[in-house]
Amino acid sequence: MTVTALTATEIRDAVTDGQVSATEVCRAFLDRAQALNPQLNAFTLIDADRALDAAGRVDAQRASGTPLGPLAGVPIALKDNLCVRGMRTTAASRILDTFVPPYTATAVMKLEAAGAIVLGKTNCDEFAMGSSTENSAYGPTKNPWALDRTPGGSSGGSAAAVAAHCAPLALGSDTGGSIRQPGSFCGVVGLKPTYGRVSRYGLLAFASSLDQIGPFSRRVRDAALTLTAIAGSDGADATTVATSVPEFTSALTGDVRGVRVGVPRAFVSEGVDEEVRLAFERALDTLARAGAVIVDIDLPHARAAIPVYYLICTAEASSNLARYDGVKYGFRATLGRTDGLKAMYNRTRDEGFGAEVKRRIMLGTYVLSAGYYDAFYLKAQQVRTLLRRDFDRAFEGADVIAMPTSPIPPFRLGEKTEDPLQMYLADVFTVSANLAGLPGISVPCGFTGAKLPIGLQLMGRMFDEATMLRTADAFERATSWHTESPSL
Amino acid sequence: MSTTLSIADVERIAALAHLELTDAEKTLFTKQLADVLAYAEQVQQIDTTGVPATAQVHGAEGHERADEPVPSLSTADMLANAPDGAPEVGLFRVPRVIGG
Repeated sequence: MTVTALTATEIRDAVTDGQVSATEVCRAFLDRAQALNPQLNAFTLIDADRALDAAGRVDAQRASGTPLGPLAGVPIALKDNLCVRGMRTTAASRILDTFVPPYTATAVMKLEAAGAIVLGKTNCDEFAMGSSTENSAYGPTKNPWALDRTPGGSSGGSAAAVAAHCAPLALGSDTGGSIRQPGSFCGVVGLKPTYGRVSRYGLLAFASSLDQIGPFSRRVRDAALTLTAIAGSDGADATTVATSVPEFTSALTGDVRGVRVGVPRAFVSEGVDEEVRLAFERALDTLARAGAVIVDIDLPHARAAIPVYYLICTAEASSNLARYDGVKYGFRATLGRTDGLKAMYNRTRDEGFGAEVKRRIMLGTYVLSAGYYDAFYLKAQQVRTLLRRDFDRAFEGADVIAMPTSPIPPFRLGEKTEDPLQMYLADVFTVSANLAGLPGISVPCGFTGAKLPIGLQLMGRMFDEATMLRTADAFERATSWHTESPSL
Repeated sequence: MSTTLSIADVERIAALAHLELTDAEKTLFTKQLADVLAYAEQVQQIDTTGVPATAQVHGAEGHERADEPVPSLSTADMLANAPDGAPEVGLFRVPRVIGG
């Protein structure tokens, strides 16, 4: 048995049945992560001692006959914007290079309570701003399928770690596609839950009306298992909703007969790479053969989603990132003798933030400033309402919505870094789910001729992850893309 | 409206955002921000007469918790990451404020 080839559910079962100890599992993944990280740069931190301690506790729990949790002994990697008490958390930013959080994110506390073993922190775009993991103060992550390509972003390290079998599970955050797009680029499952489903307490905030935490895995079932563990209302995050949390794995019946899959034909007909388009059409055929009903839908404002998203997320970012001022935590610039407080703020932020973060703070400050607020920010919020209404109408005739996750396969490192607008356009199919608060998932649906992964995106109604997961799982059962792994 | 940006505009925004940009950054951002804003202007073509703004999606009211004391982080924890903390008096130290 190659432990690192097992899925999260298989590991949980093997540990629970005593076929393998949590410590053996933990060592196997730590060894692989440490061996591959020089190539991939997927991890910013691997904390072997802490992980082995936690695994030892699961083994002791089993030895004492105490019932084990639903993720007992399952290693997990955390995007480096999730706080863990005592574990350096940087958001891949120089400004937080030395930050050691005094508290742990709610989602992480829930995972550990379920028996999961935190391996360490994964690389990402700085403060989750980017689509390629190239905006990291610690260098880019490489795509395990092709080391000259990006793993997507911003949660690229988490996606790469799962694809390379360095971890069976990872958490990421998705503000405009930052779980689904790297999931697609790395050939793994990436799940963004409904806005309000998972507490963001302990997630370093980027855009608070859009951010959501979710899992990466190699199977839909593992994503459903993880979502059940991390979901639920939390007094520490007022945006969480007190809706009951179903046992999401029980929704995975394999039966999608009669499920209406809406396809926004006009929206997905333009600007999509030919190999991606063919894989998407084949995926729809697969769903239809499984009994789903493919229906046309219209999302007339979806084309405006990219500008709306970049106006809103930058405005929110400019406010959220005001807290990084060289006073309370992290980096402070070296000052001259005559420099006062304002010089300290301004120089600390210039030296501490990378170029993309500064661009977004500037853009957000501009669209919120007097004279531009109505024309840009308020207008974007109004179009956001129109987009939500598009989805409300579409979901009258459809149970889930299907699109490609990304219009293009994984691109080359450096290919889009000179032109921010080109990088933003790569998010065309993912930002809508965040603007409307909907759940979305990317599942593997093929490869290009050059063996680069392609993802199918499914979106569900708010708080109806169950139907979306059932459809994604049925697709997975009908295909074998998820069984392939990169050769490393 | 058509968005054009000058170096002076970028300097004004940078001052609002508390960013001390280098000359190279000012030049680069002048072009890049103008490109993004020109692209974003397409939202102004959409008729939004009478359409309310969406600031958050699920309409849930902010909920209140009972007004009871709960444990919180210690002063020592909060100061542990400060680049210039003064834990002996429980304060953050900053450079000169007046005239700064």
